[in-house]
Amino acid sequence: MRESRRFFRPRLAFRAGSPGRAPATAAEDGEADRFRLLMLPHMEAAYSLARYLARDGAAAEDIVQTAYLQALRGFAGFRGEAPKAWLLAIVRNCFIDWTRARGAGDRTFEPDEANDGVEEDTPEAILARKDEVQSLRGTIEDLPEPFREAIVLRELEELSYKEIAMITGVPIGTIMSRLARGRRMLCDLLLPAGDAERRKAAP
Amino acid sequence: MTDCPDPLLLHGLVDGELDAANAVALEAHLRTCTACAEELGRIEALRARLAGTALRHRPPPGLAGRIERALAGAAGRPVRRAAPPRAPWFAGGALGAVAAALALLVAAPQLTSTGLEDALVADHVRSLLAAHVVDVATSDRHVVKPWFNGRIDFAPPVPELAAQGFPLVGGRLDYLDGKVVAAIVYKRRLHTLNLFVRPASALASPVAFTARRQGYSLARWTGGGLEYWAVSDVAPQDLAAFRKAFTEAVRQP
Repeated sequence: MRESRRFFRPRLAFRAGSPGRAPATAAEDGEADRFRLLMLPHMEAAYSLARYLARDGAAAEDIVQTAYLQALRGFAGFRGEAPKAWLLAIVRNCFIDWTRARGAGDRTFEPDEANDGVEEDTPEAILARKDEVQSLRGTIEDLPEPFREAIVLRELEELSYKEIAMITGVPIGTIMSRLARGRRMLCDLLLPAGDAERRKAAP
Repeated sequence: MTDCPDPLLLHGLVDGELDAANAVALEAHLRTCTACAEELGRIEALRARLAGTALRHRPPPGLAGRIERALAGAAGRPVRRAAPPRAPWFAGGALGAVAAALALLVAAPQLTSTGLEDALVADHVRSLLAAHVVDVATSDRHVVKPWFNGRIDFAPPVPELAAQGFPLVGGRLDYLDGKVVAAIVYKRRLHTLNLFVRPASALASPVAFTARRQGYSLARWTGGGLEYWAVSDVAPQDLAAFRKAFTEAVRQP
Protein backbone atom coordinates (compact mmCIF):
# COMPACT_ATOMS: atom_id res chain seq x y z
CA MET A 1 0.00 0.00 0.00
CA ARG A 2 2.57 2.56 1.11
CA GLU A 3 4.79 1.72 -1.83
CA SER A 4 2.06 2.36 -4.31
CA ARG A 5 1.61 5.97 -3.20
CA ARG A 6 4.56 7.08 -5.20
CA PHE A 7 3.17 5.47 -8.29
CA PHE A 8 -0.52 6.23 -8.15
CA ARG A 9 -1.60 9.70 -7.33
CA PRO A 10 -5.16 10.07 -6.13
CA ARG A 11 -6.36 11.20 -9.52
CA LEU A 12 -8.96 9.90 -11.85
CA ALA A 13 -7.48 7.69 -14.50
CA PHE A 14 -8.38 9.82 -17.52
CA ARG A 15 -5.35 12.01 -16.90
CA ALA A 16 -3.33 10.32 -19.53
CA GLY A 17 -0.70 13.04 -19.27
CA SER A 18 0.18 12.49 -15.63
CA PRO A 19 3.50 10.73 -15.22
CA GLY A 20 3.82 7.29 -13.72
CA ARG A 21 0.22 6.27 -13.95
CA ALA A 22 -0.71 2.63 -14.02
CA PRO A 23 -0.66 1.16 -17.47
CA ALA A 24 -4.03 -0.09 -18.60
CA THR A 25 -5.78 -0.50 -21.88
CA ALA A 26 -8.12 2.19 -23.16
CA ALA A 27 -11.12 -0.08 -22.58
CA GLU A 28 -10.12 -0.72 -18.99
CA ASP A 29 -9.64 3.01 -18.54
CA GLY A 30 -13.16 3.66 -19.81
CA GLU A 31 -14.63 1.13 -17.40
CA ALA A 32 -12.57 2.45 -14.50
CA ASP A 33 -13.69 6.00 -15.25
CA ARG A 34 -17.29 4.91 -15.44
CA PHE A 35 -16.90 3.10 -12.14
CA ARG A 36 -15.51 6.19 -10.46
CA LEU A 37 -18.16 8.50 -11.87
CA LEU A 38 -21.00 6.23 -10.79
CA MET A 39 -19.68 4.97 -7.46
CA LEU A 40 -17.44 7.58 -5.84
CA PRO A 41 -20.26 10.10 -5.31
CA HIS A 42 -21.85 7.54 -2.94
CA MET A 43 -18.83 7.29 -0.66
CA GLU A 44 -20.47 9.29 2.08
CA ALA A 45 -23.55 7.06 2.01
CA ALA A 46 -21.29 4.00 2.06
CA TYR A 47 -19.26 5.26 5.00
CA SER A 48 -22.32 6.34 6.93
CA LEU A 49 -24.01 2.96 6.50
CA ALA A 50 -20.82 1.08 7.43
CA ARG A 51 -20.38 3.22 10.51
CA TYR A 52 -23.97 2.78 11.68
CA LEU A 53 -23.67 -0.97 11.19
CA ALA A 54 -20.20 -1.44 12.70
CA ARG A 55 -20.52 1.38 15.25
CA ASP A 56 -16.81 2.00 14.86
CA GLY A 57 -15.17 4.67 12.70
CA ALA A 58 -11.93 2.86 11.86
CA ALA A 59 -13.76 -0.35 11.02
CA ALA A 60 -16.16 1.61 8.81
CA GLU A 61 -13.21 3.01 6.83
CA ASP A 62 -11.81 -0.48 6.25
CA ILE A 63 -15.23 -1.83 5.31
CA VAL A 64 -15.80 0.95 2.77
CA GLN A 65 -12.38 0.49 1.20
CA THR A 66 -12.88 -3.27 0.90
CA ALA A 67 -16.34 -2.66 -0.53
CA TYR A 68 -15.01 -0.32 -3.22
CA LEU A 69 -12.39 -2.85 -4.26
CA GLN A 70 -14.99 -5.63 -4.41
CA ALA A 71 -17.34 -3.35 -6.32
CA LEU A 72 -14.63 -2.59 -8.87
CA ARG A 73 -13.96 -6.29 -9.34
CA GLY A 74 -17.66 -7.06 -9.73
CA PHE A 75 -18.47 -4.00 -11.81
CA ALA A 76 -19.10 -6.08 -14.92
CA GLY A 77 -22.17 -7.48 -13.13
CA PHE A 78 -23.64 -4.03 -12.53
CA ARG A 79 -26.61 -3.50 -14.82
CA GLY A 80 -26.60 0.28 -14.74
CA GLU A 81 -29.56 0.70 -12.38
CA ALA A 82 -29.56 2.17 -8.88
CA PRO A 83 -25.78 2.47 -8.40
CA LYS A 84 -26.17 3.62 -4.80
CA ALA A 85 -28.23 0.57 -3.81
CA TRP A 86 -25.80 -1.69 -5.66
CA LEU A 87 -22.82 -0.23 -3.80
CA LEU A 88 -24.56 -0.29 -0.41
CA ALA A 89 -25.42 -3.97 -0.88
CA ILE A 90 -21.69 -4.64 -1.21
CA VAL A 91 -20.93 -2.47 1.82
CA ARG A 92 -23.42 -4.51 3.81
CA ASN A 93 -21.81 -7.79 2.70
CA CYS A 94 -18.40 -6.47 3.68
CA PHE A 95 -19.79 -5.53 7.08
CA ILE A 96 -21.06 -9.09 7.53
CA ASP A 97 -17.64 -10.46 6.53
CA TRP A 98 -16.08 -8.09 9.04
CA THR A 99 -18.32 -9.26 11.90
CA ARG A 100 -17.57 -12.90 10.99
CA ALA A 101 -13.83 -12.27 10.92
CA ARG A 102 -14.10 -10.55 14.25
CA GLY A 103 -16.22 -13.31 15.75
CA ALA A 104 -13.86 -16.07 14.58
CA GLY A 105 -11.46 -15.88 17.49
CA ASP A 106 -9.79 -12.65 16.39
CA ARG A 107 -9.24 -10.91 19.68
CA THR A 108 -7.31 -7.96 18.36
CA PHE A 109 -10.53 -5.96 18.09
CA GLU A 110 -11.75 -4.17 21.16
CA PRO A 111 -15.36 -4.81 21.99
CA ASP A 112 -17.67 -1.95 21.00
CA GLU A 113 -18.31 -0.95 24.59
CA ALA A 114 -14.62 -0.45 25.23
CA ASN A 115 -14.22 1.66 22.10
CA ASP A 116 -17.18 3.80 23.04
CA GLY A 117 -15.71 4.32 26.47
CA VAL A 118 -12.40 5.53 25.07
CA GLU A 119 -14.15 7.87 22.68
CA GLU A 120 -16.33 9.35 25.37
CA ASP A 121 -13.35 10.33 27.46
CA THR A 122 -11.95 12.77 24.91
CA PRO A 123 -12.95 16.39 25.51
CA GLU A 124 -14.21 16.56 21.96
CA ALA A 125 -16.57 13.67 22.53
CA ILE A 126 -17.79 15.11 25.81
CA LEU A 127 -18.69 18.31 23.99
CA ALA A 128 -20.16 16.38 21.11
CA ARG A 129 -22.40 14.33 23.36
CA LYS A 130 -24.32 17.45 24.19
CA ASP A 131 -24.96 17.87 20.55
CA GLU A 132 -28.43 17.03 19.32
CA VAL A 133 -27.05 15.26 16.25
CA GLN A 134 -24.75 13.15 18.38
CA SER A 135 -27.51 12.06 20.69
CA LEU A 136 -29.81 11.19 17.79
CA ARG A 137 -27.02 9.14 16.21
CA GLY A 138 -26.51 7.36 19.50
CA THR A 139 -30.21 6.57 19.74
CA ILE A 140 -30.18 5.05 16.25
CA GLU A 141 -27.02 3.08 17.03
CA ASP A 142 -28.72 1.56 20.06
CA LEU A 143 -31.43 -0.03 17.93
CA PRO A 144 -31.06 -3.76 17.23
CA GLU A 145 -29.32 -4.31 13.93
CA PRO A 146 -32.13 -5.21 11.49
CA PHE A 147 -34.19 -2.19 12.61
CA ARG A 148 -31.17 0.12 12.67
CA GLU A 149 -30.32 -0.89 9.13
CA ALA A 150 -33.86 -0.31 7.85
CA ILE A 151 -34.05 3.10 9.56
CA VAL A 152 -30.67 4.25 8.20
CA LEU A 153 -31.45 3.15 4.65
CA ARG A 154 -34.92 4.68 4.64
CA GLU A 155 -34.63 7.84 6.77
CA LEU A 156 -31.01 8.84 6.16
CA GLU A 157 -30.43 7.51 2.67
CA GLU A 158 -34.04 7.93 1.48
CA LEU A 159 -34.03 4.69 -0.47
CA SER A 160 -37.22 3.02 -1.64
CA TYR A 161 -38.57 -0.20 -0.10
CA LYS A 162 -37.55 -2.02 -3.25
CA GLU A 163 -33.97 -0.76 -3.01
CA ILE A 164 -33.76 -1.59 0.70
CA ALA A 165 -35.07 -5.07 -0.03
CA MET A 166 -32.39 -5.43 -2.70
CA ILE A 167 -29.62 -4.31 -0.34
CA THR A 168 -30.66 -6.49 2.57
CA GLY A 169 -31.85 -9.45 0.54
CA VAL A 170 -35.17 -9.81 2.38
CA PRO A 171 -38.73 -9.43 1.05
CA ILE A 172 -40.38 -5.99 0.96
CA GLY A 173 -42.96 -7.10 3.54
CA THR A 174 -40.17 -7.81 6.00
CA ILE A 175 -38.64 -4.41 5.30
CA MET A 176 -41.98 -2.77 6.01
CA SER A 177 -42.39 -4.48 9.35
CA ARG A 178 -38.77 -3.80 10.37
CA LEU A 179 -39.18 -0.15 9.45
CA ALA A 180 -42.45 0.05 11.39
CA ARG A 181 -40.90 -1.55 14.47
CA GLY A 182 -37.77 0.58 14.22
CA ARG A 183 -39.89 3.71 14.01
CA ARG A 184 -42.02 2.57 16.92
CA MET A 185 -38.88 2.18 19.08
CA LEU A 186 -37.57 5.58 18.02
CA CYS A 187 -40.96 7.23 18.63
CA ASP A 188 -40.95 5.86 22.17
CA LEU A 189 -37.39 7.05 22.75
CA LEU A 190 -37.52 10.42 21.03
CA LEU A 191 -41.05 11.77 21.04
CA PRO A 192 -42.84 13.12 24.12
CA ALA A 193 -45.16 10.55 25.67
CA GLY A 194 -48.27 10.47 23.49
CA ASP A 195 -50.28 7.52 24.66
CA ALA A 196 -50.09 6.09 28.16
CA GLU A 197 -50.82 2.45 27.27
CA ARG A 198 -47.81 2.14 25.06
CA ARG A 199 -45.49 3.70 27.62
CA LYS A 200 -46.41 1.16 30.29
CA ALA A 201 -43.81 -1.22 28.93
CA ALA A 202 -41.04 1.39 29.13
CA PRO A 203 -39.37 1.97 32.49
CA MET B 1 -66.16 3.08 12.74
CA THR B 2 -64.61 0.96 10.01
CA ASP B 3 -61.91 -1.56 10.93
CA CYS B 4 -58.48 0.01 11.09
CA PRO B 5 -56.15 -1.08 8.28
CA ASP B 6 -52.83 -2.78 8.82
CA PRO B 7 -50.59 -0.21 10.56
CA LEU B 8 -47.89 -0.99 8.00
CA LEU B 9 -50.00 0.87 5.46
CA LEU B 10 -49.52 4.08 7.44
CA HIS B 11 -45.78 3.71 6.93
CA GLY B 12 -46.33 2.96 3.27
CA LEU B 13 -48.31 6.17 3.01
CA VAL B 14 -45.66 8.44 4.56
CA ASP B 15 -42.99 6.72 2.47
CA GLY B 16 -44.94 7.26 -0.74
CA GLU B 17 -45.01 3.53 -1.41
CA LEU B 18 -48.78 2.97 -1.62
CA ASP B 19 -50.60 2.55 -4.89
CA ALA B 20 -53.27 5.15 -5.63
CA ALA B 21 -56.24 2.96 -4.65
CA ASN B 22 -54.80 2.07 -1.22
CA ALA B 23 -53.70 5.65 -0.60
CA VAL B 24 -57.18 7.03 -1.34
CA ALA B 25 -58.86 4.42 0.87
CA LEU B 26 -56.42 5.04 3.71
CA GLU B 27 -56.81 8.80 3.52
CA ALA B 28 -60.58 8.40 3.71
CA HIS B 29 -60.15 6.22 6.81
CA LEU B 30 -57.78 8.75 8.41
CA ARG B 31 -60.45 11.43 8.18
CA THR B 32 -62.74 9.42 10.46
CA CYS B 33 -60.30 7.56 12.76
CA THR B 34 -58.44 9.70 15.32
CA ALA B 35 -56.29 6.78 16.55
CA CYS B 36 -54.83 6.15 13.10
CA ALA B 37 -54.50 9.89 12.43
CA GLU B 38 -52.55 10.28 15.69
CA GLU B 39 -50.31 7.37 14.82
CA LEU B 40 -49.64 8.92 11.41
CA GLY B 41 -48.82 12.20 13.16
CA ARG B 42 -46.27 10.45 15.35
CA ILE B 43 -44.60 8.78 12.37
CA GLU B 44 -44.41 12.12 10.59
CA ALA B 45 -43.05 13.85 13.70
CA LEU B 46 -40.32 11.22 13.96
CA ARG B 47 -39.46 11.52 10.29
CA ALA B 48 -39.17 15.31 10.68
CA ARG B 49 -36.79 14.75 13.60
CA LEU B 50 -34.54 12.49 11.49
CA ALA B 51 -34.90 14.45 8.27
CA GLY B 52 -32.05 15.78 6.21
CA THR B 53 -28.56 14.42 5.95
CA ALA B 54 -27.26 15.84 9.25
CA LEU B 55 -27.38 12.40 10.89
CA ARG B 56 -25.26 10.83 8.20
CA HIS B 57 -21.73 10.11 9.36
CA ARG B 58 -19.21 12.14 7.33
CA PRO B 59 -16.17 10.22 6.13
CA PRO B 60 -12.84 11.44 7.53
CA PRO B 61 -10.94 13.64 5.05
CA GLY B 62 -8.32 11.02 4.18
CA LEU B 63 -10.75 8.31 3.13
CA ALA B 64 -11.45 9.54 -0.41
CA GLY B 65 -7.73 9.62 -1.23
CA ARG B 66 -7.17 6.24 0.38
CA ILE B 67 -9.91 4.66 -1.73
CA GLU B 68 -8.69 6.35 -4.91
CA ARG B 69 -5.22 4.93 -4.27
CA ALA B 70 -6.59 1.49 -3.56
CA LEU B 71 -8.63 1.59 -6.78
CA ALA B 72 -5.66 2.83 -8.82
CA GLY B 73 -3.56 0.07 -7.28
CA ALA B 74 -6.15 -2.57 -8.17
CA ALA B 75 -6.34 -1.26 -11.74
CA GLY B 76 -2.55 -1.27 -12.23
CA ARG B 77 -1.85 -4.86 -11.27
CA PRO B 78 1.15 -5.35 -13.61
CA VAL B 79 3.43 -2.84 -11.85
CA ARG B 80 1.96 -3.07 -8.40
CA ARG B 81 4.61 -5.37 -7.00
CA ALA B 82 7.45 -4.17 -9.17
CA ALA B 83 8.90 -1.81 -6.57
CA PRO B 84 11.17 -4.29 -4.73
CA PRO B 85 12.68 -6.16 -7.68
CA ARG B 86 13.79 -9.35 -5.93
CA ALA B 87 13.41 -11.49 -9.00
CA PRO B 88 15.24 -9.91 -11.96
CA TRP B 89 13.35 -11.86 -14.60
CA PHE B 90 10.08 -10.67 -13.14
CA ALA B 91 11.28 -7.08 -13.01
CA GLY B 92 12.28 -7.41 -16.66
CA GLY B 93 8.79 -8.60 -17.49
CA ALA B 94 7.27 -5.73 -15.59
CA LEU B 95 9.47 -3.22 -17.40
CA GLY B 96 8.40 -4.74 -20.67
CA ALA B 97 4.79 -4.34 -19.63
CA VAL B 98 5.40 -0.71 -18.71
CA ALA B 99 7.10 -0.06 -22.05
CA ALA B 100 4.26 -1.73 -23.96
CA ALA B 101 1.68 0.24 -22.03
CA LEU B 102 3.55 3.50 -22.59
CA ALA B 103 3.66 2.75 -26.29
CA LEU B 104 -0.11 2.29 -26.18
CA LEU B 105 -0.54 5.59 -24.38
CA VAL B 106 1.62 7.49 -26.83
CA ALA B 107 -0.14 5.91 -29.77
CA ALA B 108 -3.57 6.57 -28.29
CA PRO B 109 -5.47 9.20 -30.26
CA GLN B 110 -6.34 12.60 -28.86
CA LEU B 111 -9.34 12.76 -26.58
CA THR B 112 -12.48 12.54 -28.62
CA SER B 113 -15.33 14.87 -27.79
CA THR B 114 -16.94 12.08 -25.74
CA GLY B 115 -13.70 11.49 -23.89
CA LEU B 116 -13.42 15.20 -23.23
CA GLU B 117 -16.96 15.33 -21.88
CA ASP B 118 -16.21 12.41 -19.57
CA ALA B 119 -13.05 14.18 -18.45
CA LEU B 120 -14.99 17.37 -17.72
CA VAL B 121 -17.60 15.52 -15.69
CA ALA B 122 -14.81 13.72 -13.84
CA ASP B 123 -13.11 17.04 -13.05
CA HIS B 124 -16.40 18.42 -11.81
CA VAL B 125 -17.14 15.40 -9.62
CA ARG B 126 -13.65 15.35 -8.19
CA SER B 127 -13.78 19.04 -7.30
CA LEU B 128 -16.85 18.27 -5.19
CA LEU B 129 -15.50 15.00 -3.76
CA ALA B 130 -12.14 16.31 -2.71
CA ALA B 131 -13.84 19.30 -1.03
CA HIS B 132 -11.47 21.31 -3.19
CA VAL B 133 -13.92 23.33 -5.19
CA VAL B 134 -11.94 26.56 -5.14
CA ASP B 135 -8.34 27.66 -4.63
CA VAL B 136 -9.45 31.24 -4.17
CA ALA B 137 -12.81 31.61 -2.44
CA THR B 138 -14.51 34.92 -2.94
CA SER B 139 -17.63 36.35 -4.47
CA ASP B 140 -15.59 39.35 -5.65
CA ARG B 141 -14.72 39.05 -9.31
CA HIS B 142 -11.99 41.68 -8.87
CA VAL B 143 -10.15 39.15 -6.71
CA VAL B 144 -10.73 36.06 -8.84
CA LYS B 145 -9.61 37.57 -12.15
CA PRO B 146 -6.16 38.81 -10.96
CA TRP B 147 -5.67 35.55 -9.08
CA PHE B 148 -5.52 33.69 -12.41
CA ASN B 149 -2.88 36.18 -13.61
CA GLY B 150 0.54 34.58 -13.68
CA ARG B 151 -0.90 31.14 -13.04
CA ILE B 152 -2.20 30.63 -16.55
CA ASP B 153 -1.21 32.28 -19.82
CA PHE B 154 -4.66 33.53 -20.75
CA ALA B 155 -7.11 35.84 -18.98
CA PRO B 156 -10.58 34.34 -18.52
CA PRO B 157 -13.37 36.84 -18.01
CA VAL B 158 -14.98 36.55 -14.57
CA PRO B 159 -18.36 38.31 -14.64
CA GLU B 160 -20.52 38.54 -11.53
CA LEU B 161 -23.82 36.83 -12.31
CA ALA B 162 -25.55 36.88 -8.92
CA ALA B 163 -28.35 39.05 -10.33
CA GLN B 164 -29.07 36.35 -12.91
CA GLY B 165 -29.15 33.64 -10.19
CA PHE B 166 -25.54 32.43 -10.47
CA PRO B 167 -23.48 33.86 -7.57
CA LEU B 168 -19.70 33.61 -7.96
CA VAL B 169 -17.97 31.27 -5.51
CA GLY B 170 -14.33 31.49 -6.58
CA GLY B 171 -11.70 30.11 -8.91
CA ARG B 172 -9.41 27.11 -9.14
CA LEU B 173 -6.79 25.63 -11.44
CA ASP B 174 -7.60 22.26 -12.94
CA TYR B 175 -6.23 19.95 -15.59
CA LEU B 176 -7.92 19.03 -18.80
CA ASP B 177 -6.43 17.08 -21.64
CA GLY B 178 -3.02 17.38 -19.96
CA LYS B 179 -3.15 21.20 -19.78
CA VAL B 180 -3.77 23.62 -16.94
CA VAL B 181 -7.13 25.31 -17.35
CA ALA B 182 -9.08 27.87 -15.34
CA ALA B 183 -12.11 26.63 -13.43
CA ILE B 184 -14.48 29.36 -12.33
CA VAL B 185 -17.06 28.23 -9.82
CA TYR B 186 -20.61 29.53 -9.61
CA LYS B 187 -23.63 28.37 -7.62
CA ARG B 188 -27.14 27.73 -8.86
CA ARG B 189 -29.27 27.48 -5.70
CA LEU B 190 -27.65 24.49 -3.92
CA HIS B 191 -25.84 23.20 -6.99
CA THR B 192 -22.23 23.86 -7.85
CA LEU B 193 -21.41 24.86 -11.40
CA ASN B 194 -17.87 24.51 -12.75
CA LEU B 195 -16.95 26.65 -15.74
CA PHE B 196 -13.77 25.37 -17.40
CA VAL B 197 -11.97 27.87 -19.61
CA ARG B 198 -9.06 27.21 -21.95
CA PRO B 199 -7.67 28.83 -25.08
CA ALA B 200 -9.58 27.67 -28.12
CA SER B 201 -7.36 25.63 -30.40
CA ALA B 202 -6.98 26.77 -33.99
CA LEU B 203 -9.26 23.98 -35.15
CA ALA B 204 -11.83 24.42 -32.38
CA SER B 205 -15.36 24.30 -33.67
CA PRO B 206 -17.34 27.47 -32.90
CA VAL B 207 -20.48 25.37 -32.40
CA ALA B 208 -22.25 25.91 -29.08
CA PHE B 209 -24.21 23.00 -27.64
CA THR B 210 -25.45 21.38 -24.46
CA ALA B 211 -25.23 17.71 -23.60
CA ARG B 212 -26.14 15.27 -20.82
CA ARG B 213 -23.61 12.78 -19.45
CA GLN B 214 -24.00 10.44 -16.48
CA GLY B 215 -26.73 12.68 -15.11
CA TYR B 216 -24.66 15.86 -15.49
CA SER B 217 -25.34 18.69 -17.89
CA LEU B 218 -22.63 20.21 -20.05
CA ALA B 219 -22.70 23.36 -22.13
CA ARG B 220 -19.96 24.36 -24.56
CA TRP B 221 -19.35 27.58 -26.39
CA THR B 222 -16.46 29.72 -27.65
CA GLY B 223 -15.75 33.43 -27.64
CA GLY B 224 -12.81 35.83 -27.67
CA GLY B 225 -10.37 33.05 -28.54
CA LEU B 226 -11.41 30.98 -25.51
CA GLU B 227 -13.35 27.75 -25.23
CA TYR B 228 -15.86 27.42 -22.37
CA TRP B 229 -17.31 24.28 -20.84
CA ALA B 230 -19.89 24.58 -18.07
CA VAL B 231 -20.60 21.42 -16.05
CA SER B 232 -23.19 20.95 -13.32
CA ASP B 233 -25.94 18.67 -12.10
CA VAL B 234 -28.57 21.33 -12.77
CA ALA B 235 -31.16 20.93 -15.53
CA PRO B 236 -29.91 21.62 -19.08
CA GLN B 237 -32.19 24.70 -19.30
CA ASP B 238 -30.41 26.18 -16.27
CA LEU B 239 -27.08 25.66 -17.96
CA ALA B 240 -28.36 27.24 -21.16
CA ALA B 241 -29.52 30.21 -19.05
CA PHE B 242 -26.05 30.38 -17.53
CA ARG B 243 -24.40 30.43 -20.95
CA LYS B 244 -26.72 33.22 -22.07
CA ALA B 245 -26.09 35.28 -18.91
CA PHE B 246 -22.35 34.72 -19.16
CA THR B 247 -21.97 35.62 -22.83
CA GLU B 248 -24.15 38.73 -22.41
CA ALA B 249 -22.16 39.87 -19.36
CA VAL B 250 -18.86 39.36 -21.20
CA ARG B 251 -20.08 41.24 -24.26
CA GLN B 252 -20.97 44.38 -22.27
CA PRO B 253 -18.73 44.54 -19.22
